[in-house]
Amino acid sequence: MTNTLRRYLRPQQIRELSLLLLIIVVLIFFSTQIENYLSPRFFNRIASDVAIIAVVAVGETLVVLTRNVDLSVGSIVGVTAYFMGTYLGNNKDLNPALAVGMAIGLGAALGVINGALVAYGRVPAIITTLGTLAIYRAALVELSGAKTVVIDAMPKWVQDLPSQTFVSFGGLDVRPLMLTALIVVVLFQLVLSFTQFGRRLYAIGSNPEGARFAGLPTERVVFAAFVLCGALSGLGGFMFLARFGNITVVAAQGMELQVIAAVVVGGVNIFGGTGTMFGALLGAILINILQQSLIRMPQISQFWINALLGVLILAAVATDALILSRLRQLWARTSVQMTEGQAKRIASGK
Amino acid sequence: MTRISERFKSWEGLLLVLLVAVVAFNIIESPVYLGGQNFVNLFQLSIEKIMVALVMTFIIINGEIDLSVASMMGLSACVLATLWRLGQPMVLCILVALIVGLIGGAFNGFWISMAGLPSLAVTLATLIMYRGLALVLLEDKSIGQFPQWFNDLGQKALFGPLPLALVIFFVGFILALVILQYSGFGRYVYVIGNNRDVARYSGVRVQRVKMSIFIASGFIAALAGIFLAARLGAVRGSTAEGFELDIITMVLLGGVSIFGGTGTLFGVLLSILLVLNLRNGMGLLNISGNAQTGVIGALLILSVLVPNLAARVQAEWNRRRAASQPPAAVKQAVSAE
Repeated sequence: MTNTLRRYLRPQQIRELSLLLLIIVVLIFFSTQIENYLSPRFFNRIASDVAIIAVVAVGETLVVLTRNVDLSVGSIVGVTAYFMGTYLGNNKDLNPALAVGMAIGLGAALGVINGALVAYGRVPAIITTLGTLAIYRAALVELSGAKTVVIDAMPKWVQDLPSQTFVSFGGLDVRPLMLTALIVVVLFQLVLSFTQFGRRLYAIGSNPEGARFAGLPTERVVFAAFVLCGALSGLGGFMFLARFGNITVVAAQGMELQVIAAVVVGGVNIFGGTGTMFGALLGAILINILQQSLIRMPQISQFWINALLGVLILAAVATDALILSRLRQLWARTSVQMTEGQAKRIASGK
Repeated sequence: MTRISERFKSWEGLLLVLLVAVVAFNIIESPVYLGGQNFVNLFQLSIEKIMVALVMTFIIINGEIDLSVASMMGLSACVLATLWRLGQPMVLCILVALIVGLIGGAFNGFWISMAGLPSLAVTLATLIMYRGLALVLLEDKSIGQFPQWFNDLGQKALFGPLPLALVIFFVGFILALVILQYSGFGRYVYVIGNNRDVARYSGVRVQRVKMSIFIASGFIAALAGIFLAARLGAVRGSTAEGFELDIITMVLLGGVSIFGGTGTLFGVLLSILLVLNLRNGMGLLNISGNAQTGVIGALLILSVLVPNLAARVQAEWNRRRAASQPPAAVKQAVSAE
């Protein structure tokens, strides 16, 4: 019994369950503070906002799992949203699938630059992406001539996309953006759990040297993680365009901080090797609920959100380093040494 | 060992050549460039960043990074402005802002040196946190109308042609040089950056050294934030946003290794001069501030990429040379046959 429990309730799952619990506590707290807090409208708004962050966070998770970080995602989202907006404004009859594909391709191309510099140029990820964060944004500002993309110039299908409803459960709508995010999260969770590529991400993140000595193509895997992160940021950029419609050159500026916050709060270790896509999704949901709820609390300044994000990230990193790593060691040790009987005795407290 | 020192000598040589080229370009492009006043202006426009770059040199040589400095600059400026708006005397405002810097630095230092968390994660969190607190204080307002003597601190020349901040920078540079390159503490900074574990086993108080550097970083960033407030004459919640890019670029371009343990303040001074002159030159060419930031970003990447590639080419060269000259034992074996 305890062994089965142990098998299915590993530290990572405990981490994610406690995050789920925290989300519920936060929801209960705010519903006592704000009238009509839990409404279908609130759900729909959070779902659309979380969708964008979640898609980018999935990409960021791939990179963070390999013990790297991508700070340029906000700029990639901004660049793709802006350029796809401009392009669609000029070519209204572009095939929707092709448009989404172009956004993903543009993001992937920017990811290729990051990945090549980190994996093959051996420039640390933090340096590379701090640089490309500035470069991509500067390129956007220079090439755009500071013009703004407006929603009215978009083809009809883009304008309708965010509010289209597939199914509705008592006002809780299932919309395209949310559905896309769910598909991306599930798909990449499957990739992480069941493919060679996914397992390699974990292996490289837990021990880069070891992975190299074991003969894994670490460079190629890290490169691929950055390219995928860029591609998903490109998809996120397209979703950003559909959601907001009006895009300026500062679109999605600073989004990287929210994304990294979501990933780290979601239990993806900033030092690589552990974490899941569901965790990242939960992190994104928690952060977004806090953000949207603070706006609706008149007695507290909404500007507290960033300070709160910082505290959350620090708390997440600290629990990972100080508590979870010990828990993991304990799990590893006990599962090797203990027989089932011993484990039972400990569990029953004798 | 000698090879490393040679490489850095040549890195500084490369910086010097680049610097001469950029300065020559500036002189050709602008007739007023060579004036003493322009020289002062050159420093004055980025004085806050280069102050922080000095202490960032310590941090990166120590094998750590502090991404929160720009937010700390903004926070200290916002604390100062908020207290001033509440009617406190300016001297008190300055003191409190400096204390906030000490506390912020100690907060970083606690998590990094005592709790042992990676500085990258901690200072990324406090980058968001300190900026968030600055925004809480000022929301979307702007506070200005400081007393005249305070604005003069940042804008007027107090010592001959030199403003106070510039004098502090040069004094700070000499102080930092003495501490880093000629004191026991400085040796510890290098040793820890080279190999933290070896340093600890040799009895170096790693935690204490790291703690003092991060407190110093918070303090200097707060001081720089105050000078920025004085120079601009007004403070907003977003003051100094994104400055960490320039600051880290200046340090890494100066030949300080991002992995810690190597680099000199002379290299950093050269790269500061290079970056300042480059920005000046781009300004002369009417390149916008945004594009300038892009160029700085590219410079940041190149400052790590170029030495990496050079080292790899060197290794490949050595390998080929070794391959073309078989070792003596092999020669003997061949001749014995």
